[in-house]
Amino acid sequence: MSITSLEEVLKILREDFDDILQQWLETQREEGIRRPDLFSDSESYRQAKNLLTAFASGMTSASQEGRPNLDDPSWADLRAVLEEITHERVERGVSAGEMATFVLALKTPLFMRLRNNLKDSPDALVSEISRLSRMIDAFAMRTNEVFIEEREQIIQRQRDEMMELSTPVVQLWERILTIPLIGTLDSVRAQEVMENLLNSIVEHRAEVVIVDITGVRVVDTQVAQHLLRTAAAVRLMGAESIISGISPKIAQTMVELGVDVGEITTRPTIRAALALAMNRVGFEIRANKESARD
Amino acid sequence: MTDAASIYHVENVLLVAIRDNITDTDIITLQEELSHRIVSDGARGVVIDISALEIVDTFVGRILAQLSSIARLLAAETYIVGMRPAVAMTLVELGMDLSGSRTALSLSHALRSLRASRLA
Repeated sequence: MSITSLEEVLKILREDFDDILQQWLETQREEGIRRPDLFSDSESYRQAKNLLTAFASGMTSASQEGRPNLDDPSWADLRAVLEEITHERVERGVSAGEMATFVLALKTPLFMRLRNNLKDSPDALVSEISRLSRMIDAFAMRTNEVFIEEREQIIQRQRDEMMELSTPVVQLWERILTIPLIGTLDSVRAQEVMENLLNSIVEHRAEVVIVDITGVRVVDTQVAQHLLRTAAAVRLMGAESIISGISPKIAQTMVELGVDVGEITTRPTIRAALALAMNRVGFEIRANKESARD
Repeated sequence: MTDAASIYHVENVLLVAIRDNITDTDIITLQEELSHRIVSDGARGVVIDISALEIVDTFVGRILAQLSSIARLLAAETYIVGMRPAVAMTLVELGMDLSGSRTALSLSHALRSLRASRLA
């Protein structure tokens, strides 16, 4: 028997496939990463079986020389299965560590069999175990890469969604619009806010827009610049802007930073801003005679 | 009179409609023509409609600002109306906020403001 090949491993995989699969699942359970809360037994079984099948067929066809290279065409099956399973697992909230342990748990049943079968040739045993170990490590590493890619995609998607959600322009009254800003105002978002706002001005024939910054966490020079530029563009369109939601703390910060808002009207609350806006478009807010005031 | 812009005299107001394909030469001609018309027609208000303009560069932006200053010297108030969102964003990007000119959403808005200030 050649020492450099994984013949014994291949033989074990061929002959003992079902037992190995069972023990792999068993090991996963012992390691505490079975997550019956996320996956039913049949799902776990299906995932493990598909992976092991792809692993075995990859082992059979892949070159055994040099470092294990999972980019090789012979591993295409494994990569596809891996992506599919990782996708399912990320969606349900499995952690990166659990994902790696899931793959590494495959070592236990394979090593046990190798030890039994190669009891009498320690050299071959060590060689096979070390090669197999590198193989599975590469496999686990790839799993984590796929896992991270999946996560990145989710983050990107959520970022896009947040972007859309975070710049809603609302019509408060005829010719009055408001845009409540929430979170951080970076250049990309500021651009988005400006575009949305200007288009809505045309659409609603708005004369006054209230830019509410109650929900903006930090107002630094850059954020102030964005606000001033938005106000300048609004003015160019022929509408007036009111910046509301300037807390005492933000007012102090803005003065300390030397931000000059020029002729832009500001109000501490959106309530005060609305009253002013109504006034500008020719309405008046008055208490009903019957309404009791305390 | 150039083809790229038309000037109409209504009551005490000069209405200027700028067309999309205006060239740098055209707009300089317009500046000349408008200065004379403000005096000869005794206009107290000028309304420049730029809703046809899809692109405004620094040159056109500067002339628009100049038109307002010239009109002010000749005792007329200028309103720039109908600016498109994309144009507004470009001008802000270029740092030209036309702070010397008044702006309005549309011609009727501008006329209303002029009447309110008893200029029309």
